[in-house]
Amino acid sequence: MASGFDIVIVGAGIVGAACAAELAREGMRVAVVDRDIIGGGATAAGMGHIVVMDDSEAQFALTRYSRRLWRDLHSGLPPQAEYETPGTIWVAADESEMQEVRRKHEYYASRGVAAEILDSKMLAEAEPNLRPGLAGGLLVPDDAVVYPPVVARFLLERERGVSVIAGSAVRAITNDGVALEDGTRISAAKIVNAAGDASPNLTAGVRVAPRKGHLVITDRYPGFVRHQLVELGYLKSAHTHSAESVAFNVQPRRTGQILIGSSRQYGVTNADVDPAIVSAMLSRALQYMPGIGTLSAIRCWTGFRASTPDKLPLIGPAPGTDHVYLATGHEGLGITTSLATAKLLASQITGREPEIAVTPYLPARVMDGEKHA
Amino acid sequence: MSDSANTVVVIGGGPAGIAAAACVAENGASTVLIDDNPRLGGQIWRSGGKIPQAKEAGHWLNRFMRSGAKLQCGTRIVDRLGTKSLLAESDRGIQRVDYSQLILATGARERLLPFPGWTIPNVVAAGGLQALVKGGAPIAGKRVAIAGSGPLLLAVATYLRLQGAVIVLIAEQAPWSRLVRFSAKLKSSPHKLWQAILMGVHLRGVRFKSSCWPIAARGESVLEQVEFQSKQGRFSVACDYLACGFGLIPNLELPRLIGCEVHNGFVAVDEWQQTSIDDVYCAGEPTGIGGIDSALCAGQIAGFATVGRKEKARGLFPARTRGKKFEETLAFTFALRPELRQLCQPETVVCRCEDVTYERLQPMTSWREAKLQTRCGMGACQGRTCGAVAEFLWHWQLASARPPVFPARVESLAGKTLTLEK
Amino acid sequence: MPNLIQVTINGQAVTVPGGITVAAAVLLSGKSGIHRSPSGALRGPVCGMGVCFECRVTVNGRAHVRSCLTTCEAGMEISADE
Repeated sequence: MASGFDIVIVGAGIVGAACAAELAREGMRVAVVDRDIIGGGATAAGMGHIVVMDDSEAQFALTRYSRRLWRDLHSGLPPQAEYETPGTIWVAADESEMQEVRRKHEYYASRGVAAEILDSKMLAEAEPNLRPGLAGGLLVPDDAVVYPPVVARFLLERERGVSVIAGSAVRAITNDGVALEDGTRISAAKIVNAAGDASPNLTAGVRVAPRKGHLVITDRYPGFVRHQLVELGYLKSAHTHSAESVAFNVQPRRTGQILIGSSRQYGVTNADVDPAIVSAMLSRALQYMPGIGTLSAIRCWTGFRASTPDKLPLIGPAPGTDHVYLATGHEGLGITTSLATAKLLASQITGREPEIAVTPYLPARVMDGEKHA
Repeated sequence: MSDSANTVVVIGGGPAGIAAAACVAENGASTVLIDDNPRLGGQIWRSGGKIPQAKEAGHWLNRFMRSGAKLQCGTRIVDRLGTKSLLAESDRGIQRVDYSQLILATGARERLLPFPGWTIPNVVAAGGLQALVKGGAPIAGKRVAIAGSGPLLLAVATYLRLQGAVIVLIAEQAPWSRLVRFSAKLKSSPHKLWQAILMGVHLRGVRFKSSCWPIAARGESVLEQVEFQSKQGRFSVACDYLACGFGLIPNLELPRLIGCEVHNGFVAVDEWQQTSIDDVYCAGEPTGIGGIDSALCAGQIAGFATVGRKEKARGLFPARTRGKKFEETLAFTFALRPELRQLCQPETVVCRCEDVTYERLQPMTSWREAKLQTRCGMGACQGRTCGAVAEFLWHWQLASARPPVFPARVESLAGKTLTLEK
Repeated sequence: MPNLIQVTINGQAVTVPGGITVAAAVLLSGKSGIHRSPSGALRGPVCGMGVCFECRVTVNGRAHVRSCLTTCEAGMEISADE
């Protein structure tokens, strides 16, 4: 039995790592357990886009707060974290989407987030490889991109007081810690379930469903794309409960490679790359950037987002327990909101005042108060 | 593809694929052979250069041409579309390749191992230099050192010498005792023995050392000299090219993508060369590194099996058994010595595509961790070079295959045909 | 006598035998390096069969073409890293 820990965190992805670093900074002794390698789940599979989103006030508050925390952190990150600030351009295809651009601009500007409306000409200058005839877009210059697996490892190694046990699956959360598949136990007064799409396996009543996504990465084409480009229809795709959807979403990486997304599917649990989904996703990208067609794609892969019914993560105590906390359900915003999640979780554990209200993210809002076995 | 209901598709235009397709077509079935190279022959029967084709190659190529099998060169399979459907790409566009039965003859590539200076221009693979010369690269008068392991080294030396290269050294890492035993075994195969004698004639006077391997390549902007380790100690050789390859590794990417089971690093096949997937066969190096004879034999067995000529296939079983024994002999003779794991300096590049050095990889505990933390294997070759290195240096198991099998145009994966340019 | 064709390599006209690979044409033009690694190291072709990706050049405006697998055609515009 491993002991001497104040907290054990299940999941060494970006969320678990951020929580571990934050709690260790508060003076706690933290154990982090993962069934695989650090940052090997959705953390490795996603785009690493750090973005302010305005789906709801609660989402906006969380993403704005967290993006600021990334800005504060970035100069301390190693170069392999590839932190860049290309900004996001939300692309409007037509006049009705331009109305949405104006609404978003007003929303962001009135809340102190820099944003600039681009008309058709300005958009073409900003991104020459977009097809002509698009209506314009909203530039959010302070949005960033990062390479998350390196950051997860950095966060876990940075603080003394964090021990990582990788390659060991947790069988169950117990009254006084966790029991691993291999029979060993780690004892701690508090447990954090940061297991992403696997979190329902460990805590009853967690309504987190896996939402499969595909990505394609190209060879190096420096300068082909300058900003993260997202079609406004992305929001429809992210919000829909329909079985599958694709949306145009491309990202320039520091290497000059271009990451092309995005897709969402409910109810699919095998991780195989589906050529039909890839085809639909890339066809959508071709509609916005025809020139992307002749670029060399070197790999496709998939990952599973942890999605919740109301698109907001679960950050706080698991109802019906007094020692289990949840930090999961981040859907497509896990990288962005990982740092804020850590702060909000730590504030609840230490009793300190959080910087933003935690109420919208409390698990109790979508869970019954089920007692633990 | 028309009439896919009955088409046997063969992937790979080396000896195994050629033999398979010929057998299928000679028995009246519709077959098409798809290969990535501009011309048929794969690696070992690559055309080009001033030397005419080996008689055996010529015989099989003629047989293929006369058989009625269709050929598509310059075409690579990039993804699978469904149960019996593949996506192929060429410079002209894409096509859906449907098959009733599939024969995978994707061959092998050379194992490259890192040592200081291995990334200097003119340090090339052994078969790689031969391929480049067959493609028209000048070699007459150039000083070439050949190193690494396997019978390929002698074949390459023979070819290059006949093209006018000056072979300054052949360095085989295997010990002399194993090479002698290997030569003795060749007596049981007159064909192989004859090949060996021919090579001996062509290579008369060439300096040959066993238990010898390169430890450093040096040069300002191109290769100038190579330092070797041998039983007698270290020595350096001035040369224009180092042609260096440490054996062959099977091309498993497409078999894995299709879902074929792999045992001990090779595609698992039954007595008919059928894989774990129904109607998918595999022949040649992906099932075991055995050279031309094994490949021809297995290719024919697979071809006969797909057209139901089991008795003809069975007739080749004894030859295949001999081929399997030869595979074991090859593996034993040319097993890579442990010293080859000690060649890297901390700053020696291991992943060439992403410039990841030995010291950054050494602390990693798995291939996946190495990939995620250092980008090793995430470049254009997708681990084809560095993955084999990592397997050898640290015994890491490589992760499953993801599409595309080879880089493909975005529009190809989108299901669109080529955009005509310029 | 093989037919000769003209291609351009980094803007310079080069006459080569028809049917050779682009990699061979670059080597014939006197270059040994053909492609720069991410850290800027110059690399030459290695595997000769399209699996190492060190021989990549730009052909007629298309980047990342494996020159060892590509046959020269008259008028081809080839850009190799220098």
